[in-house]
Amino acid sequence: MKKLFALVMAAVMTMSLAACGAKEEAPSAPAASAPAASAPAEGTAFRLGGTGPLTGGAAIYGNAVKYGAEIAVEEINAMGGIQFELKMEDDTHDAEKAVNAYNALKDWGMQISLSSVTSKPAEATSAENYADRIFGLTPSASSTATVEGKDNVFQMCFMDPNQGSASAQYMADKALATKVAVIWKNDDVYSKGIHDTFVAKAAELNIEVVSDTTFADGNDTDFSVQLSDAQTNGAELVFLPMYYTPASLIFAQAAGMGYAPKWFGVDGMDGILSLEGFDTSLAEGVILLTPFNADSEDAATKSFVEKYQAKTGEIPNQFAADAYDCVYAYKQALEAAGATPDMTAEELCELMIAQFTTMTFNGLTGEGMTWAADGTVTKSPKGMVIENGAYVGLD
Amino acid sequence: MTFLNFLISGISLGSIYAIIALGYTMVYGIAKMLNFAHGDVIMVGAYVCFFAVARYDLPPALGVLLAMFVCTMLGIVIERLAYKPLRQAPSLAVLITAIGVSYLLQNGAQLLWTSSPKVFPNFFKVADQTGVKLFDGQLNISYVTMVTIAACVIIMLALTWFTGKTKMGKAMRACSEDKGAAQLMGINVNATISMTFAIGSGLAAIAGVLLCSAYPTLVPTTGSMPGIKAFTAAVFGGIGSIPGALLGGLLLGVIEIFAKAYISTQLSDAVVFGVLIIVLLVKPAGLLGKQVREKV
Repeated sequence: MKKLFALVMAAVMTMSLAACGAKEEAPSAPAASAPAASAPAEGTAFRLGGTGPLTGGAAIYGNAVKYGAEIAVEEINAMGGIQFELKMEDDTHDAEKAVNAYNALKDWGMQISLSSVTSKPAEATSAENYADRIFGLTPSASSTATVEGKDNVFQMCFMDPNQGSASAQYMADKALATKVAVIWKNDDVYSKGIHDTFVAKAAELNIEVVSDTTFADGNDTDFSVQLSDAQTNGAELVFLPMYYTPASLIFAQAAGMGYAPKWFGVDGMDGILSLEGFDTSLAEGVILLTPFNADSEDAATKSFVEKYQAKTGEIPNQFAADAYDCVYAYKQALEAAGATPDMTAEELCELMIAQFTTMTFNGLTGEGMTWAADGTVTKSPKGMVIENGAYVGLD
Repeated sequence: MTFLNFLISGISLGSIYAIIALGYTMVYGIAKMLNFAHGDVIMVGAYVCFFAVARYDLPPALGVLLAMFVCTMLGIVIERLAYKPLRQAPSLAVLITAIGVSYLLQNGAQLLWTSSPKVFPNFFKVADQTGVKLFDGQLNISYVTMVTIAACVIIMLALTWFTGKTKMGKAMRACSEDKGAAQLMGINVNATISMTFAIGSGLAAIAGVLLCSAYPTLVPTTGSMPGIKAFTAAVFGGIGSIPGALLGGLLLGVIEIFAKAYISTQLSDAVVFGVLIIVLLVKPAGLLGKQVREKV
């Protein structure tokens, strides 16, 4: 009996581990490399390489980055002056495959890099970037570990913890609420990072966190306790630093109990409207903070959205815009440094570190972006609200 | 009033665990094996019903019947291909095979239906209301909860009657007591065990539909965590005991919600499993389990 029990418990543990792991895994697919967007003569263009999930479960992000970067490269090459040669390799959101893809790019002669699209692969490839002295600017890998301790890897997107303080700041600036509740996932580094900085910043700004509740893998189905805690404590706004899957359950259960606070999400909420079968009226009025707004009226965004739609038939998301900005940021930095395509990756790396820590860049995802020496970006996010089943800019 | 609301949430969650636990306990009680693929059969049932109703616009009742049919067939096929060749093998081999089947189903579902989540439609609506509100809307009872509890009790009574009174049920109990002796008495052991799997998998389809109606996000790993919790509930109530599965499931759900509400949302799982450990220390066979002395 004892033996059987030990066996069973071992099996339970294996299964629960598997359950945690399975969610993040994208189905593997044969690595497919994308053709270069354009091919100017050798030695006249900067070779720009990056890895991202072009196939598998996270392919939506990798392809957005690929198309966004391609549009920027096409525009810049058509202007004359600095020329780029772009190559994106598939990593299927897998750290090991990403390192192989990175090595393939290095053999190809990559001089500057877009690092990787998603955080886990980027943590692996950025270590290679650092060892090889190839400068990296990731469009979208937001984890702290991607840039930490690497002087030559920079981010175009917000780092996870910064989203928390930016959210609190936004609530205070727009006077959205004075009493807020936070529901977060305590076994997820993304959610915890945002929660911790949000709570710290909220205290500074006199926003009262009246309810602070959590969930984890395995009890992420029933949110009645968390919601009634928020309700009984009088929260006017509920902050949800999480991905959209649990958020969709929270909206449905809140509607069932007749609780209708203001909802506030982060970039993980992006995607909730494309959830199959989701009743978008539940997400009506949800505010989310994202650096890019495809509905924006400015000329640069409009032109980018048109080109992206012509190329893919879809509305670009934040990842595409970040990738577009990465290429333009490189252009500005290379021009300012007077770099030429015959320089080695190491020479370019030193020039780029000097440029990125001092320059100011205006792009689709923000005005007046600056970078700190640790590789993190400072820019102001834009608020979006969901109205009639579509994202509408708040600013 | 909040206490009552939490109690109802707990019963609602617990009745889902209970209905899954009934499938576990049924298969364990008769075939003496832990079918870890049970949670994933639930997921398959939910997907079948989702596609039937949301994509092909079939009436919900037909969707549920279709899901039951597909799951029953799936259960029989799994049993025939994966477990039957291992009838004489040690229980460890069967256990590992069950885990393998579980992975196969999860990854197969990911290939077929992709990992992007689907939102399950709510069938249990009366005049656009998902539940009844009592005391000026302070108390909410959703129709899904009522249906789940009713389904639980009906299934429990039906299974008790089936195993106690019918010929097939008696054959099942005979197999569970001593396979060799049952065979000598002229019972077709293989057919009996296949039948057990068919019933267990049919129940899984109902559980899948109710699980996804209450908590409507559907992904290929939907069944795995509730499956493990339900297994815990079955052990809690005494694995092999049909009323025990119901009791264990309900208690587990209520303890989980109360732990979240009155202790800490961070510690709820620790409290649940802490209670499980205490119960197993005091009553090693579970709340309603029979203490069977093993011959050495």
